[in-house]
Order: sequence, then structure tokens, then C-alpha cells
Amino acid sequence: MLEISNLHVKLEEEDKAILKGVDLAVKAGEVHAIMGPNGSGKSTLSYVLAGREGYEVTDGTATLEGRDLLGLEPEERAALGLFLAFQYPVEIPGVGNMTFLRTALNAQRKARGQEELNPAAFLKLVREKAKSLHIDAEMLKRPVNVGFSGGEKKRNEILQMAVLEPRMCILDETDSGLDVDAMKLVADGVNALRGPDRAFLVITHYQRLLDHIVPDVVHIMADGRIVASGGPELALEVEMNGYADILKSVA
Amino acid sequence: MAVPALKIDGAEVLLDAWPEPAGEAGWARAVRARAARRLAERGAPVRRDEYWKFTDPTSLTAEPALPAALLADDEKPMLDGADQLRVVFLDGVLAPGESDALAMEGVEIRPLAEVLATDITWARELFGALEERGQVPVDRPLAALNTARATEGLAIRVTGRAPRPVHLVYRRSRPEAEALVRHLVRLEAGADLTLLESGPAAARFNSVTEVEVAAGAAFHHVRTQGRDHERRAATALFARLGEKSLLKSFTLTVNGRLTRNEHVVEFTGDEAVAHVAGACVGDGEFHHDDTVFITHDALACESRQVFKKVLRGAATGVFQGKILVKPGAQKTDGYQISQALLLDETSQFLAKPELEIYADDVVCSHGSTSGAVDEDALFYLTSRGIPRRSAEELLVLAFLDQAIAEVEDPGLGDELRERLAAWLERRRQ
Ligand SMILES: Nc1ncnc2c1ncn2[C@@H]1O[C@H](COP(=O)(O)OP(=O)(O)OP(=O)(O)O)[C@@H](O)[C@H]1O
Ligand SMILES: [Mg+2]
Repeated sequence: MLEISNLHVKLEEEDKAILKGVDLAVKAGEVHAIMGPNGSGKSTLSYVLAGREGYEVTDGTATLEGRDLLGLEPEERAALGLFLAFQYPVEIPGVGNMTFLRTALNAQRKARGQEELNPAAFLKLVREKAKSLHIDAEMLKRPVNVGFSGGEKKRNEILQMAVLEPRMCILDETDSGLDVDAMKLVADGVNALRGPDRAFLVITHYQRLLDHIVPDVVHIMADGRIVASGGPELALEVEMNGYADILKSVA
Repeated sequence: MAVPALKIDGAEVLLDAWPEPAGEAGWARAVRARAARRLAERGAPVRRDEYWKFTDPTSLTAEPALPAALLADDEKPMLDGADQLRVVFLDGVLAPGESDALAMEGVEIRPLAEVLATDITWARELFGALEERGQVPVDRPLAALNTARATEGLAIRVTGRAPRPVHLVYRRSRPEAEALVRHLVRLEAGADLTLLESGPAAARFNSVTEVEVAAGAAFHHVRTQGRDHERRAATALFARLGEKSLLKSFTLTVNGRLTRNEHVVEFTGDEAVAHVAGACVGDGEFHHDDTVFITHDALACESRQVFKKVLRGAATGVFQGKILVKPGAQKTDGYQISQALLLDETSQFLAKPELEIYADDVVCSHGSTSGAVDEDALFYLTSRGIPRRSAEELLVLAFLDQAIAEVEDPGLGDELRERLAAWLERRRQ
């Protein structure tokens, strides 16, 4: 599904290398987790994959189902089935949540040559998904993320994911700032989407989330590289001992 | 300080360009003469004037007016509900044949010339009175010209709840036509009127409306200015608000080479409310100026100014907004926001927000910003699959929405949004 090879990225504005040769392959049906110290480059990796401006790829490749991602606009990547749940979802005053979601869904459908969803069908779809995430109708009426609590913003990300049904989902610290119940909701949302045609890359600091979304592979990122990969037990080790031992053993 | 000869000469040119109205009552002639004298003494506006430093008035004062091409695809009517009293002005001249009968329950409505030829107390108390008050502390020479010379327009007196809006529809037929239009509106205590204005008025349009809103009355004003590209317009709305009265005025401007919209509002009764708002979009040769002066001279009045401008292709936006709180005007609540969204680096926004406060128990705030489309928001939208162009349009409409939200009627608000969306869409090609 997602193949990243020797990816080197620096900031466009200054000569600062952030990703220094990332190799990662996520197969369809799999869930991979990425853990790693603050500032190690996890969000940068997710932004570069989603197509945010401000970064320069100096070497390496990233493909989604064989298609080169790095030359595409963000909307083209989305239409191919890539989705990023933001670490910090953006507030957009004046744009209603529903308008936003409908525009996004229909734009993706159009790009894929599918028919647009009519308003009634769309409403039904969103209501259904929102209900399972305990997002009430009031919240849907409000402008995108404006006045949402931290947890509401994260649930709204998962709602978007549920509606857009992407094939490659990247979740950047979607569990941060969630209370125990909300985390359970988010995990249920993710698990409901799990399937043979879909893959997940879950960035997190906490093993707790991985109790609910059990990963196939756990990667440790440090200083712009994947320095260790293993099974779920790797996350447990981080939880108990921090990163020091792992980083020492690979140094 | 002596008034420069340039200004004095300019005033003479302006006054000579229009015939002195004939056949009017003595009182009207006296008002005209006073206004002409005021203009002659204070002079025409020039770029050097502090009040015109952001907007060059030359093309508003030079004779003759420059012609402005008529819009090729003609203007789709706006604000055009079925249930309204429509009055059409063709090239600035009342066109009775195309207008509804000037009759409505609770409303007296007549051509301006008719009331100026007779002795009607309310018109006599209003005509030129608010304009004259509005000349202090800043000169408004184009409004003085209007008082001295305008013969077209309506005089509207509202005694109850007007059952339907009055819609002034401006149409153009000649590329060179210039228009001078004056409306008088008086709302008696407890009365209620919605006044709509739409359409391209003239190559050069000088419009003044004086509105007296008595205690407990409400005046709603929604206007869309013509979207013909080359036209120029200088408009002024003078309003005086009595106790617990309400004024809401919203203007949408799409295109036009030069627009100066002035609002001069004075609170004379306690606990009155005035909201003045505007949204404009312009691309290329577009200069749009909102100049607002709000005087609080009563207790516990609320004023609110919300102006949003979207500019592209070296377009210029101007905002000059002042809140003056006179001594004793305690519990004043004054708010002012002016914002420009610059869609490229060649456009500019010039803003001069001012507060002048002589009372201690007031809440006044103002803010002015200009900037580009928020890149973080753009990335968020595009990362969800929305093409960059549509994402930008969504953000532009969202930016303008705070001003449009000032329009109370949701149907009208949606119509304004549609026109803005259409403007954005036309710019895509
Ligand atoms: N636009 C930017 N300008 C300056 N520095 C940046 C920028 N983007 C990323 N960085 C730097 O790159 C490094 C990696 O940042 P990134 O956000 O990817 O880390 P992270 O692993 O997601 O951290 P966290 O766990 O705290 O979320 C950090 O040192 C950060 O300061
Ligand atoms: Mg991060």
C-alpha cells in the first residue's frame, strides 16, 4: 500500500534536515504504529506524505499503491485514498462542518469519476457515522473545529475519515488529549474501518492506544530515521523503559 | 487657514455642471443656496485633503464625467422578491412607467421634486439638515453638491410597519450618463421600513440619503452596487437615531472602478442601535472606500461596523471609520472591525480606524487586519480532497460571511452569498 524508501526531507526555508533516510512499507490490511521522542520527525513525515508546503524532498521516494505521491497536490493524494488525521486540526471560521465534509467527499468522488452524493444521502451517511462517534448534530452545524474542545477536534478527524473512507490512513497523535472514553470511541472508529483493503499508520506516544488498536508492526523513529521495528512488544518496552535503551542498542 | 484656490475653483466647476433647480418652494431654495455657499466656501475635495488621502477624488469631481461601458451581459436583477414596491431609476431619473404605483399602506412615498415644491413639514425638517450636521467636523463636499443640485429621488415617510420593502432599482442605458440622486426617509415613532437598492446607477453616481429614525422605529437598508466595471460612485447615508431606534445598513460591492461609501450616523436618543456593514470584492482597476463616522451623543447606544474586502490584481481597499463618543454618552458600546483579504501581493488595504472618547463608562473596540489566505486552512481543506481553487473560494466566502451575517433576512443573505460565489466563479476562467 504505502512504500517509503530512503526519504530525505529538509525545510524549504532553512538548511535543516529533518528526515534523514526513512524506510517504511505498510501492506494493505496492516496497522503500523510509529513511536519516537518529541521532535524526531513523525509529524513531518505525515505532512510530507500529505503534501504540505514548506518541505523539500532531497532524496528518496514515497508511493501509494505504486503511484508516486511526492509530485502530487494534496487534493490528488486525498483522491488516491490518503488521509491524515492532524495532530493539530485547523479551525476554519465561516466554513460549516457539513459544507466542508460534503465538498470534500464530492470532490474526491468526482476526481475518481464517481457520481456526487446527493444532499439527502450525504446527510444520512454523516449522521450515521457521527452517531457512532458521539458527535452531536449541533457540532456538525458549527464552523470547522471552531470552539471544539481538544477531544472534539480529534473525534471530528475520525468522523472525516469515516465519511471519506480513505485507503491509507495516517493518524498523528489522535489519542493525545483524549479522555479514556473518547479514546475508546476513536479506537472503535478506527477498528470499524479496518479491513483487507485499508492500512493504517498510527503515530502515538502512548502504548495505551495500541491496546485498543492492536498494531501489526511498531516502529521507533529517532532523529529522522526509523531506528527499530518490531511487534507490539516494542511499544510495551517503550512504555516501561522509555527510549533510552532502544536508542542505545541501535547507536 | 485659507482654502486653496484649487478647491474653490473645483467647487465652482461642480456647481456649474448642474442646473440650479427651478420651481421649488422658498424653503427648499434657501436650503439649496446654503449648501451651494458651503461648497463654494469650503471647496471641492482634493487628494491633499486629510479625508481623501487614500482615495483620489479627481475622477469624482472632474468635468465631464468619464463614460463607463454598460455591462455586456446586463445585470441579473437582485434583491428582487415578488412582494415589494419597486421604483425604477433610469440613468438616475425616476421612470414612473417602469415603477410600481407610489402607494403603500403606512407609507407616504413621493418624487423628491414634488415635496420640494410644496411645504411639507417633515421634508422641510429633513432635507439638507442631516447633511449639514454631517459637515462638521469634516467637509463632505460631494454631499453638499447633492443638496445644492439633486432633483431626482424619493421622499418617503413611514408611519407604521411598511407591509413590503421599497426597492430602488437603478438601471443604465447610456454609457456617459451621470446621476445625482437624493432620497429623504423619515420613520415616525415605532415605524418600520426595509429599503433595498440595487443595480448600476450611472457612469458617475452621486447619491445621498438622509434618514431620520424616530423613537422605537427600525430602518433596514440592504444595497448591492452595480457590477459594471468602469462606473464610479460616491454615496453618503446620513442617519439620525432617536431613542430605542434601530438602523441596519449593509452594502455589497462587486466591481466598479471607484466607490466611496460614506455613512454618517448620529445617536441622539438613548439605547438606540446602529449596525453598518459592507462586503466588497474587486479585481484589477478597483478602488473601494468605506468611510464611516458614528457619533454617540446619547446614553447606552450600540454601534457596530463590520467591513470586509477581498482584493486582487492591484485592487485597493480603504476604510476610514470613526467612533466619536461625546461627553455624557455613558454606557456606549462601540465596535468596529475592518479586514481585507489580499489574494495577491499587488493589492493593498489602507485603513484608518479612529476612536475619540469623551466619556469614561464606555466599551469601545476596533480592529483592522489585512492578510493573505491562511495557508494552514488551505492545506487542511486540500488534504481532504478539495481542489486548491475551491478551497480558496470557500475561505474567501467564509471571510466575507461575518459581514453578510449582518443582514437579518436569511433569504437576502443567501442571495448576496450567491452573487459573491458567482463573482469568484467568473474569475476562475
Ligand atoms: N516548519 C518548521 N520550521 C522549523 N522547524 C520545524 C518545522 N517543521 C518541523 N520542524 C522541526 O523538525 C523537527 C521534527 O518535528 P516534528 O513535528 O516532525 O516532530 P514530531 O516527531 O512530530 O514531534 P512530537 O512528538 O513533539 O509531535 C523538530 O525539531 C521541529 O522543530
Ligand atoms: Mg508530531
